[in-house]
Amino acid sequence: MAASPHREMWEKLNLDIEAHDGLLEVLGKFYGDIYLSQEGRLGGMEYLDFVLSEVHGLRIREIQDARAAGKKVIGSFCVFVPEELTLAANAIQVGLCAGADAGKEEAEKLVPRNTCALIKSFIGFKLARICPYTESCDLIIGETTCDGKKKAYEAFGELVPMHVMEVPQQKNACDRTLWKSEILRYKDRLEALTGNTITAENLKKGIRIINDRRRALQRLNALRAAVPAPISGRDVLLINQVSFYDDPIRFTESIGKLCDQLEERIQKKEGIVPESTPRLMLSGCPMAVPNWKLPYIVEGSGAVVVGEESCIGTRNTRDLVDESGQTVEEMIDAICDRYMKIDCACFTPNTERLENIADMAKELKADGVIHYALMFCQPYAHEAFKVEKALREADIPMLSIETDYSMEDAEQLKTRVEAFVEMVS
Amino acid sequence: MIAGIDIGSRSVELVVTDGEKIIRQAKAATTFDPLSQVKKLLGELRPERIVGTGYGRNLLADADLGTEVTTITEIKAYALGTHRLFPAARTVLDIGGQDTKAISLTNTGKVARFEMNDRCAAGTGKFLEHVASVFQIPVETFGDYALEGDEVLSINSMCTVFAETEATSLMAQGQRPQNIALGLHASVVRRTANMLRRVGLEFPLVFAGGVARNRCVIRLMQDALSGEPLIPEEPDMVGAYGAALHGSRL
Repeated sequence: MAASPHREMWEKLNLDIEAHDGLLEVLGKFYGDIYLSQEGRLGGMEYLDFVLSEVHGLRIREIQDARAAGKKVIGSFCVFVPEELTLAANAIQVGLCAGADAGKEEAEKLVPRNTCALIKSFIGFKLARICPYTESCDLIIGETTCDGKKKAYEAFGELVPMHVMEVPQQKNACDRTLWKSEILRYKDRLEALTGNTITAENLKKGIRIINDRRRALQRLNALRAAVPAPISGRDVLLINQVSFYDDPIRFTESIGKLCDQLEERIQKKEGIVPESTPRLMLSGCPMAVPNWKLPYIVEGSGAVVVGEESCIGTRNTRDLVDESGQTVEEMIDAICDRYMKIDCACFTPNTERLENIADMAKELKADGVIHYALMFCQPYAHEAFKVEKALREADIPMLSIETDYSMEDAEQLKTRVEAFVEMVS
Repeated sequence: MIAGIDIGSRSVELVVTDGEKIIRQAKAATTFDPLSQVKKLLGELRPERIVGTGYGRNLLADADLGTEVTTITEIKAYALGTHRLFPAARTVLDIGGQDTKAISLTNTGKVARFEMNDRCAAGTGKFLEHVASVFQIPVETFGDYALEGDEVLSINSMCTVFAETEATSLMAQGQRPQNIALGLHASVVRRTANMLRRVGLEFPLVFAGGVARNRCVIRLMQDALSGEPLIPEEPDMVGAYGAALHGSRL
């Protein structure tokens, strides 16, 4: 492998260069097999191929340049962290590495073995020093969306500067009060970190930028209702994943252009797959880069993925922040209301998720739903039962899968997925 | 002439049909070279189409067998085979070498729901094979040996290796080995019965796959499910037969 032009920067970030080279090599091979081998991709995807090829390079350089100019970088693992406020404080928000088995043995010294792959992964990436995002952060925001994360942040907080937001678990008035106080506490922390005051003007701008990104992704998701499906599920998952890393304004513009191309394709009745291809929707746990295992298996089994009911999917884009607020107070309230609509499995009860999944499956003309839970992820594993019941009542078949980032169960997964595809065909 | 070939983890089955008739059935160990085994089973036969199923189905698709090859999963294959043999069947249980599958069928024989064990071998033929080897008894007669037991000892571990540990502790307590063997069979049945209930067990239930030759598992299953499973004459051929049936519809 040729020496990367970014090597010096990675060294400055204290990455383990050898291990990081190894990671990029595996990532590149994966990407080639899973993405570049697809036939009939749109020109607009070149932007994503480029972003992903430079995900640890040019994007990190941009972030480092911004830091040199005085900007702060906030890392997060969850769609509850309000990026509107981060932007208003003139900081950059990025998702952190958590989608591959990395530093697993080291991570198991800090968290129990029976912890979900995502948690082990973010700790492993830090301990192995192979995530330039984690190493670029001035502050990392945790959140109490499950016991695994909650306790893991205690250990993680000894390695990085952390702030933990308490996400309520019910949706009563008192829970909203708690959440609002958490948003205000985050605002204070941001202002102290950046030295910038969040004003009505910059908050309005932050809300607009993030809403625009959501609108672009909403448009993309709506276009997937077309038959034949105009774009593969793998590509849309990638788009959703990139939305956590890339500059939001540039990202929104690029997705807008891609959607224009998709519309032309739909007009011509062209698809990425033939019209008769079974359409499946994925639902459940988030899939961080480079967790592409299940979509790859599904689309290698003769189906196409037409939706992702997930935090790296519609859960992050379905609802907008009301833009009519004029004062900081009004805008904070609007942000608070919007985030309280998130139907994460950490809530009890969480009945709106069941309705959202069934509605989404119908809108996207899905022939079936695959429920994906990471092993040891209690909230989603529990909800799999309820989702299956709700979907059965709506006459939509569902397959429940529990897996992790390893490939050892790939053959068994293939058999299940293929059998499900046969069943809904 | 259509051939259905089921490449499982332990054995390869071949069923050749001509119209409605089965004209050949054969079986061989999978070994580490399943394709050679398939070629041996086929011999001089040149079917107009081959349908592969089972764990090794994609090997067939990629091999140059001189004829058109398609593949279906063993779940569909067992559903098709079972529906032809027992048109009224509503549930299929297939315990094979590596996987256990519970399949619920619609009244037209289509797959309505299914469950499959995950990466672990608990409750499969592999589990019985492993514990039989610990008892130094051939797996074919292990069920009969267990039926000599007069008390079902409780073995709770869901893991093959830990179940063996539990069996060893019982042995150390001086329990009759036949009773321990009976307990091990009961643990397989308990796990399987749960899987059947999860897919919404309805009778008639057809019990297929290699483990359906084990009389002890059948007996304990009757008790656990309060119902009689139907056993095909050649329980491990159902998948290959289903694959051949699929081929005749193409």
